[in-house]
Amino acid sequence: MSLLKYESQQREPLVDGNKDYHQITEDIIGPIEMKPGRLWYIGFFISVGLLLFGVYSVYREVVYGVGQWNLNKTIGWGWDITNFVWWVGIGHAGTLISAILLLFRQGWRTGVNRAAEAMTIFAVMCAGQFPIWHMGRVWMAFFVLPYPNTRGPLWVNFSSPLLWDVFAISTYFTVSLLFWYSGLLPDFATVRDRAKTKFRKLMYGMAAFGWTGSTKHWQRHESLSLVLAGLATPLVLSVHTIVSFDFATSVIPGWHTTIFPPYFVAGAIFSGFAMVQTLLIVVRKMMNLQDYITIGHIEAMNKVIVLTGSIVGCAYLTELFIAWYGQNPYEWYAFSQNRANIFTPYGWSYWIMMFCNVVSPQLFWSRKLRRNITVTFFMSIIVNIGMWYERFVIIVTSIYRDFLPSSWSTYYSPSTWEIGFYLGTFGLFFTCFFLFAKYFPVIAVAEIKSILKTSGENYKARMTDMEKEDAEKFYLDEVEHAH
Amino acid sequence: MAGGIKKFVVGCFADEKVLFPAVKNVRRAGYKIHDVYTPFPVHGLDHAMGLRETSIHTAGFIYGILGTTTALTFMSWIFTKDWPLNIGGKPHFALPAWIPITFELTVLFSAVGMVITFCYLCNLAPFIKKHHFHPRATDDLFVMAIECTDKTDDAAVQNFLQEAGATEINVQIAESGWWIGRYDKEQKLYRDEKGY
Repeated sequence: MSLLKYESQQREPLVDGNKDYHQITEDIIGPIEMKPGRLWYIGFFISVGLLLFGVYSVYREVVYGVGQWNLNKTIGWGWDITNFVWWVGIGHAGTLISAILLLFRQGWRTGVNRAAEAMTIFAVMCAGQFPIWHMGRVWMAFFVLPYPNTRGPLWVNFSSPLLWDVFAISTYFTVSLLFWYSGLLPDFATVRDRAKTKFRKLMYGMAAFGWTGSTKHWQRHESLSLVLAGLATPLVLSVHTIVSFDFATSVIPGWHTTIFPPYFVAGAIFSGFAMVQTLLIVVRKMMNLQDYITIGHIEAMNKVIVLTGSIVGCAYLTELFIAWYGQNPYEWYAFSQNRANIFTPYGWSYWIMMFCNVVSPQLFWSRKLRRNITVTFFMSIIVNIGMWYERFVIIVTSIYRDFLPSSWSTYYSPSTWEIGFYLGTFGLFFTCFFLFAKYFPVIAVAEIKSILKTSGENYKARMTDMEKEDAEKFYLDEVEHAH
Repeated sequence: MAGGIKKFVVGCFADEKVLFPAVKNVRRAGYKIHDVYTPFPVHGLDHAMGLRETSIHTAGFIYGILGTTTALTFMSWIFTKDWPLNIGGKPHFALPAWIPITFELTVLFSAVGMVITFCYLCNLAPFIKKHHFHPRATDDLFVMAIECTDKTDDAAVQNFLQEAGATEINVQIAESGWWIGRYDKEQKLYRDEKGY
């Protein structure tokens, strides 16, 4: 009688080493019970420093106005909206990993979903800063909320893509947070039950909401996760679709295209996975989690990167073709001159984008390079640079040459405080991430335990014997246990 | 929910392979399993224990519908009755343009509602104190708690668990209030399910 579920030996183990349930707890909860190392402190204080610089940059922007940024009448959207779309895009991988891969029953997500979801939440927090502070009179930010007021009541415009964005981003943030936190409850309970000091017991006890591990609770928890995944899947697609509507519903050449929603979603997943790679390669090393975030996990994510990178590449070429084929002179001018012509003021940015997003990920067709950590780390940064440039290209090259040549803008480059704001969001992101790595279980402990017996290295080794077993008997065993 | 002090015989199992037959045997012998606490979701354990299916997803659907109707009625009331805005001469009732917000609110209502329902049903909240039968139930042990009544011979139950393969067995007295669980309603009796 074996409760070992059979999984093909062709599949790589997802948990390396000779592990049992207790060992998994030790490996993942252990590091957060120790004092952090020197590297953690260095990283944390650099992040806090960046955050403070960002706070000062924003302070100047609030006190002196949006004039602190080098925007002008023609280029009214510059770095801020570029950074907004870039961060939102990064915030898509977490939900993709936890929700879509859950629906597709991909076991490898269990090793990376917790950190990826955390990354999602922090990235969306960073993204939200840009539209809020760009309002200028930020103390009136609540005007975007539809509430009965004494100004008429003057309501918000529900037909405006910018308002859709308000709803989409805030819903996305809330749902991601709930999904993440409901998954964290059982793991916080594990930390609580191991805690030695009274303070830890109190803090993690509060965080765990009194989780006991009751079978009925698990049953509901499973159902909850599945439905939240089912909700988050269309949600994650809708969020970047709506972000792309900010551009696509306008009549600016280069923006007014129907390809935007799928192209933005693919790009978001592309950049999100790249950021997950950057972070996890550091985390697995720093916290000795190589057994849980294996080369196999990294390879799986690289496959997603090459797939989505190619979709994005396809979209770039389609866009270019349609601009020519559509015979709209403005559209074709935006593409052939403002973008693809390297000798125009922003031509260089288009080719950086093309190189980083379309050419470089093709390296990952090679299995050897997909499984090389140094190459992956380097590539993950290249991809994120490329995706930043994609947004920059879309925004700036479409608007810097207005319909009227007299309105053509002079060369736009960001001011110190504009760059400072961007660096500040990096500070916010990494400050949150370092705190997460110190105080939270960075890998979903309970989920790893649930796949151990099908995908653990030591258990997989035993499957040779099972292959000799009678299939019918094995099936009957399974059925008998399940019911 | 009847409160008061209750006695439980607690058996710990190291492996789910041993746990499954034990659950079956304990139920067949007519003992009442108060609950089994596991470090991760063990698939099929709810069926083995004879627990009812959860209907939390139905709640999620209802919350979702509530979100859809809230969004649609709210936006159409505002744009057709309360303050009709002329936006480029387009119809006031601009249904296609409201779909994104309607969708977002559907998801938001459903997700928030389900999580609150989940926490309510499982009695989860910060500062909730519950009786934990074994601290390693969240680590690597599968902990079965059997409820004793006045008539139960707890020595017999302990022997029974020993034979079933439990590694650590003890008797615990815990206050059975609303925070321990509400399984009296949830659990079907073995004889009802199997017909004997």
